[in-house]
Amino acid sequence: MKLTEKSEEILESMWIAIEEEGKGFAELELLKVAVDDPAVRELTSLALVELKEGRLYFRPEGKEEGRTTIRRHRLAERLMMDVLNIRGENAEDKACQFEHLLNEGVDTKICTMLNHPTTCPHGKMIPAGDCCEAARNSGDLGVVPLTELKSGEEGEIAYLQSGDDKKMQKLMALGVLPGNRITLLQTFPSYIFRVGFSEFAIDTAMAREIIVRK
Amino acid sequence: MSMLSGNNESEEVSGVKSSRKRVALVGNPNVGKSALFNALTGAYVTVSNYPGTSVEVSRGSAQINGANFEIIDTPGMYALLPITEEERVAREILLTERPDVVLHVVDGRNLERMLPMTLQLIDAGLPVVLVVNIMDEAERLGLSIDFHLLSQKLGVRAISAATARKRGLDEIRNAISAGGETGRSAITYSQTLERDMERVAGMLHGDYPLSKRSLALLMLQRDDEVAALVRLKEGDAYPAIEEVVREISFARRETFNLDLSLEWKGMVKGIIHGVLQLPDKRRVTNGERLSMLAVRPITGIPLLLVVLYFGLYKFVGDFGAGTLVDLLEGKLFEGLFNPWIIGVVKGLVPWWPIQELLVGEYGIITLGLRYAVGIILPIVATFFLFFSLLEDSGYFPRLALLVDRIFKKIGLTGRAVIPMVLGFGCDTMATMVTRTLETVRERVIATLLLALAIPCSAQLGVILSILSKNPATLLVWSGCLILIFLLIGFLAARLMPGETPMFYMELPPMRMPQLSNILTKTYTRMQWYFLEILPLFVLASILLWLGKITNFFAKLVDWLTPLMNQLGLPKEVTVAFIFGFFRRDYGAAGLYDLQTKGILDARQLTVAAVTLTLFIPCVAQFLIMKKERGWAVSLGIGAFVTFMAFGSGYLLNQFLVATRLL
Repeated sequence: MKLTEKSEEILESMWIAIEEEGKGFAELELLKVAVDDPAVRELTSLALVELKEGRLYFRPEGKEEGRTTIRRHRLAERLMMDVLNIRGENAEDKACQFEHLLNEGVDTKICTMLNHPTTCPHGKMIPAGDCCEAARNSGDLGVVPLTELKSGEEGEIAYLQSGDDKKMQKLMALGVLPGNRITLLQTFPSYIFRVGFSEFAIDTAMAREIIVRK
Repeated sequence: MSMLSGNNESEEVSGVKSSRKRVALVGNPNVGKSALFNALTGAYVTVSNYPGTSVEVSRGSAQINGANFEIIDTPGMYALLPITEEERVAREILLTERPDVVLHVVDGRNLERMLPMTLQLIDAGLPVVLVVNIMDEAERLGLSIDFHLLSQKLGVRAISAATARKRGLDEIRNAISAGGETGRSAITYSQTLERDMERVAGMLHGDYPLSKRSLALLMLQRDDEVAALVRLKEGDAYPAIEEVVREISFARRETFNLDLSLEWKGMVKGIIHGVLQLPDKRRVTNGERLSMLAVRPITGIPLLLVVLYFGLYKFVGDFGAGTLVDLLEGKLFEGLFNPWIIGVVKGLVPWWPIQELLVGEYGIITLGLRYAVGIILPIVATFFLFFSLLEDSGYFPRLALLVDRIFKKIGLTGRAVIPMVLGFGCDTMATMVTRTLETVRERVIATLLLALAIPCSAQLGVILSILSKNPATLLVWSGCLILIFLLIGFLAARLMPGETPMFYMELPPMRMPQLSNILTKTYTRMQWYFLEILPLFVLASILLWLGKITNFFAKLVDWLTPLMNQLGLPKEVTVAFIFGFFRRDYGAAGLYDLQTKGILDARQLTVAAVTLTLFIPCVAQFLIMKKERGWAVSLGIGAFVTFMAFGSGYLLNQFLVATRLL
């Protein structure tokens, strides 16, 4: 279902008010939306929400739509912060624009890339998608930073997430290359891992940038 | 530390440049290049078991099958594209010197990881010989390599070696005299990369030391030095080349480095297929078991304490500064040599000032030589022996990772542990080694801490032997130093702008050090040390003598006496401080004299020891500081250290008087 941006934002606000703050409805006045706003008309005509005396109520289909919309918004936030490293107000703005592109399976891809996050950068819940359920059921933990391995555990290097080109080259020269097997030997006070027949010690900051598939 | 080898060959080399062939040793850090260099040339470069020991290029000559060759040892490099300063130095050799043979030394245990560089060297059109080193340990791990097949696949000679055990040296010599081969099987990248490389290479028309395709690849990796070289050679055509390079690297900006690494990895996979046989099961060696003990905090910290107690306290402190000093200084000098030489000199030279200069209170022989040989020599010798042993065992990188977290708090990384520990031997040497640290910020902080809170071995030995008679004073002294080290480090890290760099370090295997290597290493370090300090000892004696006969010295003591009184110290201690300006150990040795005479009580001894330890670095260290960090930084550090030393001495004295702790 392709809704207008305005409609998606109304659904998000409704989700926060109703599902997270526990109110039964969302007031148009608080949302700063007029009764005759085309977005409201769109939502009611699609039978997603009901409008009674200036109050908006979810219908079952609308609730599901709200859920996926908020999910897309928060995934977009995570993407901005974790991967693109855009922070602050700018991140918020960008996320708002970006979320509308995350449909028709794009959200699933992003969600998988981010390894099915459960919270947004502000600590709010990201409703789980089908992909998250599937991942949980198959026991596939996906890709995690080296810091998430226990000592003695082995994995395959998936990718390097370094903002610094030189550091990345150094890591690669050390044999930390996607596809290589890596064994974590110790986690404190420094991370020690083995690739091939060589052992290396790195600090936490660097260990966070080596992403492995268990 | 090739700086210790004394690069006296280099001048000789430049004179006979054209007549002999050049052999460059290149490869990853810690694969045995320096050991091979020593074996080929018979010269000596410090070989150790931690990465990045050779910070400079060493040159030597070798007679091989009747012909004379120049051998060049380079700092370790991971790839043809340099990242750190050392790698840049190493690559410079390949770019400017056009070696006749390039010996690529690799670690047999990590063939797969190191072959990409072999491929790059071959692709660069260099005359490569591959030396697969450390095969003894590789075989112990159960690896086997088919060298015949490897040579065939690479198109260059591949030699099995264990240079530390003198294995494979004859083959290497024969390969050198036969000359390196340029690889027959040129390597091929993916179509798109080949096309990109060809686009750039096709625009290069100058005469280059490396193949044009490899230069093109380096330019695409945004190698500034190669770009500068190309600009120089191509002149007006350069802007067009740069434009193409920029266009391609922009188009491939997302994953260029990664793609390239993966291409190399793929090629290497093909090469080692059928060549390298891995053992079915990993074998755990004794070295690995010991390594495990060293890196776990719960066993590592006790192990560190044991190492410090037996190595530093028992061996250097008790045996070196105690037994050996008593024997040499007490029995030999005071008992036999000095009375005899005083008699001889007084008999031969009638003039009092000259008698004073040679055998007086501050005489060159009676004081300078006695301090240098009787007190400093045994302490420094035992320390360097201890240090070399630890160094070769591979313990330092383990120590580095153990202290990384604490060092991060003081603006350093675990990497800095090596200059810090070396500082306990000689702060001057350690200040030189700070150049292996990555950022200027780290280097400045490390230089400051070395100047302030790390006592050198001679000083440490003397102070340990003075204070160990009263354990409480030793405790107060070491507590003060640790506190000041951490506090000043912590403040410096807060006040100095810049980010704390990341810590990464390769852990070489722990191995049994070879006695001959340790002895040579200790010997060369001692030699360096003595060449540096002996002139200063003589100079100090002369200055002190001048001061004495002109009475300037007595005046200086008078001027400084109020300051000493502030610290609760008698005026005799002033002498030790004046000595301390020439050399820190010299000052400590002066303190040793006072203590033997019984002038100082426990409190005074502790205050004097703390102040002297913190006090201004010796003249040699100051000169090296100036050389490495420049005037502004070194003068700043000098002033700060003086202030800290007397300030801390004052506070400590007040504290001890108030609490009656000692």
